[in-house]
Amino acid sequence: MIRFVPRARTPLWLTLAVSIGAGLAALALTAIPLALTGAPVFTAFALMAQGAAGNGFALAETLTRATPLIFTGLAAAVAFRAKLWNIGAEGQLYAGALATVALGAGLIEAPAYVLVPLVLIGAALAGAVLLLVPVLFKTRFGADEVVVTLLLNFIVLLFVQMMLEGPMKDEMALGWPQSAPVLDEATLPKLVAGWRLHWGLVLAILAAVGLHIFITRTVWGFRLRAVGENARAARYAGLPVGKAMALVGLLSGGLAGLAGASEVAGLKGYLTADLSPGFGYAGIVVATLANLSPLGVIPAAIFVAGVFVGADSMSRAIGVSNYLADLVVAFALLSVLVGGLLTRFRIVFVRRGTA
Amino acid sequence: MWEALDILTQANFWAATLRIATPLIFGVLGALLCERAGVLNLGIEGIFVAGALSGWLAVYLGLPLWGGVLVAAGVGAAFGLLHGVLTVPLGLSQHVTGIGVTLLATSLAYFGYRVAFPNVATPPRIEPFAPLDVPVLGELPFIGPILAQQTGFTVLAFACVGGLAFVLARTPLGLALRAVGDNPEAVEAQGLSVVGLRIGAVMAGSALMALGGAFLTLSAFNAFYFGMINGRGWVCIALTVFASWRPGKALLGALLFGALDAYQLRVQTIAGGVVPSQIFLMLPYIFSIAALVLVARRADYPRALMKPYFKGQR
Repeated sequence: MIRFVPRARTPLWLTLAVSIGAGLAALALTAIPLALTGAPVFTAFALMAQGAAGNGFALAETLTRATPLIFTGLAAAVAFRAKLWNIGAEGQLYAGALATVALGAGLIEAPAYVLVPLVLIGAALAGAVLLLVPVLFKTRFGADEVVVTLLLNFIVLLFVQMMLEGPMKDEMALGWPQSAPVLDEATLPKLVAGWRLHWGLVLAILAAVGLHIFITRTVWGFRLRAVGENARAARYAGLPVGKAMALVGLLSGGLAGLAGASEVAGLKGYLTADLSPGFGYAGIVVATLANLSPLGVIPAAIFVAGVFVGADSMSRAIGVSNYLADLVVAFALLSVLVGGLLTRFRIVFVRRGTA
Repeated sequence: MWEALDILTQANFWAATLRIATPLIFGVLGALLCERAGVLNLGIEGIFVAGALSGWLAVYLGLPLWGGVLVAAGVGAAFGLLHGVLTVPLGLSQHVTGIGVTLLATSLAYFGYRVAFPNVATPPRIEPFAPLDVPVLGELPFIGPILAQQTGFTVLAFACVGGLAFVLARTPLGLALRAVGDNPEAVEAQGLSVVGLRIGAVMAGSALMALGGAFLTLSAFNAFYFGMINGRGWVCIALTVFASWRPGKALLGALLFGALDAYQLRVQTIAGGVVPSQIFLMLPYIFSIAALVLVARRADYPRALMKPYFKGQR
């Protein structure tokens, strides 16, 4: 018989080993459908690795793609730690992006050191307020936040389409439904001239470090963890559970909103309804791969971004569908979940009768 | 104004209501079966996609239509087995595992479609279910034209409502299924297997969800499109709470939703140009959230929902 014995502490090496093992397991599992299609498995994976990190340009492209994923990964990590199941980062990202163009595309004229922070704060607030709605529905009415955040994603996307075809449409864009471009003063500068990599990456890394310090070193960070581990015990201990939940909602939604600001103000320059190819949902995978650790989100986001960038490049080279990337990511999520059992439990083999 | 009310008297509107409601009936039945046994199945959105593709692909490759339905159910059950094994004996987070199953099922379906049809401009089509030819009722005014637009697949959905209601309420199996979602210790004490019952329920529920997807490609349309599920699965999860986990009310919720969706499509054409179309498209989602918030306080959740059960451990 097999028994799961809970571990009091998990050694760091084991956490790392499980994450890396899950990544490898995901590649192995993806190889099965890939082989069934008759594609050259090893060539495909080698081309993916090359496309993701084969040279400086590829690596910069991967880091560019990782930037929004760090933000949405942090959004999921902070929420899931408190057992707030925010599946709405996609919608919050678009809310942040909408706020970015609303504030940064000409409404306010100010120098960059005023306008950039203003746009970022506005985007974070937009995402935060959007998540506050389901949090209040949960704490006041007991409505499950999973369903509400999921459905809000669809509502927000329709709202964005409505704005882009109506009041916020750029008349200069030859009929395409897109917003006016953000002003130069609202743009996040590029990190290296000529490349797409921008200051959003630095902000994302700062956000990860800040969140790590907040969770491990502050009273509210402790309350947040306590609520996540056992809400009822936290309530008996006199912790303000409702307030803690609201704070988590503001943080998580704000981080997802920043993902939208970073994509618009740092990369695209304007807003279209296809800004995000599912960064919000991928953030859940990133957070889970990182074992909900804010610092772990950075390498996890780079891994997921590398899979997507690498698959695009591989797909162009040998014509295997780039949906392969989605497969790797889905398998990685499930593998790391199963692997997580190893970090939380010791697996003990007990002979029948002796237990 | 009168035009907006006039819609309700059109047979076309009621026929569309049934057509929109049918996949949701399957989805809500599937979700409530899983949840009655204590397992939240957020794999639903992806299982819809996988059911839509696999059923359609089977027919495209030469199987009869009902063969495609069976294939879809089998594929759904397979994803249910995956979700069940991960969440029941292993006790992993039902939320995150469900999202993982959705991602996996969706990406497998999309990848599979791209592999099977690498360079098609227009999606390949099949000959879908033909409308029913109902002998006596078909002659009736108003009812006749509504029925004449439905297929055997919709009849199957109604049959599943009755069948599931009967099994849950009147059979020892139904009693065991309900108990396993309320009080698994009691089920174990009866000498039944909690793990077996829960996995079985998730597999059967996922098979029903896949039928919802297959209805779209085999009856409502005749081809597979990317993004054709578009949140229908999530809507079913909301409707399940609205339905208080009862098959009869699930039918009612799905029909209400179908009517609302069919209505907004028609009002949209009347109000076209004045009110942006997106406002109407938002309505079904807003309706789902409102329904959830309204009933959430009174909702009689299965007591062991989302609580993993380990033998010999309290």
